[in-house]
Amino acid sequence: MNRITVTAAAAFAMVANAAFAETEITWWHAMGGALGDTVNQIAADFNASQGEYKITPVFKGTYEETLTAGIAAFRAGEQPNILQVFDAGAATVIGAKGATIPVQDLLTDNGLTFDINDYISGVRYFYADSEDKMIGMPFNSSSPIMYYNVDALEKAGVTPPKTWEEFQSVTAPALKKAGYTALSQSHLPWIFTENFFSRHNLPFATNNNGYDGTDTKILVNSPEIKAHFKAVTEWQKDGYFEWFGTGWGDNQAPFEQGKVAIWLGSSGSFGGLMKKDLPFEFSATYLPYWEAVTKEPTQTFIGGASLFAMAGKSAEENKATAEFFRFLTSAEVQYYWHKSTGYVPVTEAAYELAKKDGHYDRFPAAEVGIKQLSLPGGKNTKGYRMGFYVQIRDVMNREYGRILTGETDVETAFKTIEDEANKLLARFGKTQS
Amino acid sequence: MKRAGFANTWLPILLLIPQLSIVAIFFYWPALEAVQSSFFLQDPFGFGSTFVGFENYADLFGSAEYRKVAWFTVIFTLLVTFLSLAIALLLAVKADTILRGAKTYRTLLMWVYAVAPPVAGFIGVIMFNQTWGPLTNLAGLVGWDFVLGVKFNDTAFAMVLVSVWKQVPVNFIFFLSGLQSFPKSVREAALIDNRSASGRFWDITFPLLAPTGFFLLITNITYALFDTFGVVDTLVKGEPGNNPMTLVYKVYVDGFRGNDLGGSSAQSVILMVLVLVLALTVFQFRLVERRIHYT
Repeated sequence: MNRITVTAAAAFAMVANAAFAETEITWWHAMGGALGDTVNQIAADFNASQGEYKITPVFKGTYEETLTAGIAAFRAGEQPNILQVFDAGAATVIGAKGATIPVQDLLTDNGLTFDINDYISGVRYFYADSEDKMIGMPFNSSSPIMYYNVDALEKAGVTPPKTWEEFQSVTAPALKKAGYTALSQSHLPWIFTENFFSRHNLPFATNNNGYDGTDTKILVNSPEIKAHFKAVTEWQKDGYFEWFGTGWGDNQAPFEQGKVAIWLGSSGSFGGLMKKDLPFEFSATYLPYWEAVTKEPTQTFIGGASLFAMAGKSAEENKATAEFFRFLTSAEVQYYWHKSTGYVPVTEAAYELAKKDGHYDRFPAAEVGIKQLSLPGGKNTKGYRMGFYVQIRDVMNREYGRILTGETDVETAFKTIEDEANKLLARFGKTQS
Repeated sequence: MKRAGFANTWLPILLLIPQLSIVAIFFYWPALEAVQSSFFLQDPFGFGSTFVGFENYADLFGSAEYRKVAWFTVIFTLLVTFLSLAIALLLAVKADTILRGAKTYRTLLMWVYAVAPPVAGFIGVIMFNQTWGPLTNLAGLVGWDFVLGVKFNDTAFAMVLVSVWKQVPVNFIFFLSGLQSFPKSVREAALIDNRSASGRFWDITFPLLAPTGFFLLITNITYALFDTFGVVDTLVKGEPGNNPMTLVYKVYVDGFRGNDLGGSSAQSVILMVLVLVLALTVFQFRLVERRIHYT
């Protein structure tokens, strides 16, 4: 009986396939674990929603591995239709004109509407070119936010700090007295560097933060960020701050164990933290800023990654990719993605849907990322565009680690980062000619 | 004895072709590609590339960081090679004298051989977990505030320890079989001549083990230089940061993480030259060795 059903189903499937001749496309991504399950679910929903196209998501490892795999495949002419590329790889893939089809062109060429203003302001231009044309489709967008242990802060009798001044003079000493390490963070280049510049609306690089050319120089060696890192080393000495290495999880674990009261992580970490059923109540709020630097703090950048439509595919396949992007950015799918992972919804419509559905009444902390991305913007909050940026981040991580283990001092480290980053930028400039 | 040979000169060449083509396609061709691309700066997607002459090499030799990594690689290689050989030799000599349950001991000493480097590294990550790792706790007992991934020297220590742990069994197998191939008469004669065990070891055992030892020395150096990649990668959790790394790992970091093909090609060419020098040294030693022993 069972066998007959299966055979019949298989026969039907074959007939169905033959009848519709589905266009098949592939999607290489870096979403492992629970995130990967959500990605697969979205793909399955897309396939079930219509009969013309079929998308197959393939997990390719870390962000770096996925980008490298995509590049190698492109060079061999075997690229997927959609490649997920993370923030630090944006310059590499956007710089390679002809490797991708700008998502804006892809959508309009296939008769779909595109209006950049449908997207929430924080995600609009990060993956755009200097003329504000959207090249990559923002997908898993997150922003660094401040998580805090509600019980710990209550015990210490403090509220989450709005500014770093408040943190060092009020919050941290009280938390220390209550037996906590006040602060840890999970990504120094992302949280304490890139978003430091965005939060304070400071220029991160010349050439309009790298968007307008490839002869860019990094402006990381600036007094504001050096003052910040000097303060961080002071906090470390005073026992207000602890650094657990370059690994993301090593810095998150002490927060989960209740040893560290405040942890700076990704808004995309929210879903994971909820599932962990922590022994204390946690919440989240905006990333603090230095009042000494600005009285009007601005929005942060998006982190995470975006989806690029690879060039060199047939018109039917491109049509399928465009249809999938339309599906992916629909309010319902974005809301589903937002709800299950904690990544922000990339469109205003999805954000409205989440509000209407009462998601933020149930989980106020889930709204922090998107609210922070929707704060007033400035000249320097669009994003940054620097080549070989993965290596520049590695240099930052190395030097920051040396600062925090006492191997070097802030001045020397920032000089080294500036020199090495500028060398890498010059090298990248040469590859683009 | 009659020399066997081929009547036709083409047949042996024909039979060699599969082997030669594998070597050519999988070794020489990529090696030549690396040499070529080390003179270019290339856009990762392959759209543009600029000839830069020796600039990639000049950048490397001018980089303080590259010299630091090279120094670490030298020290790391020396430590791993020396410790793996010394510990394996000690264990082999001791295991050789065991009479009862010898097989069990030997098997127990050998099994680690089957552990792949990344798995060994992963075991290291668990043993040295910052909060609950047993070895971290052990270090804490003697007042050593060990933090993997934070302190350079601590991570380096873990890398050496895991690499040595992984390599000792291989050396142990070779040393033990070397020891067991000694003629019994030599041992008995030595036993009569010299009552001191350590004296017998240095005068008889050690020189007789020299050919095995030399072979192992070379394989261990190449192991420490190249095969520890998996150990390094897992112990730094894919994020090098301020952690130590070896030259091979840096090729990967710059080439595969950073997509700088020209720069990482130059690095691999430097490693190729290094291996060539090593191979020539070995060749020379062999000549010397032959002269001493067999003429």
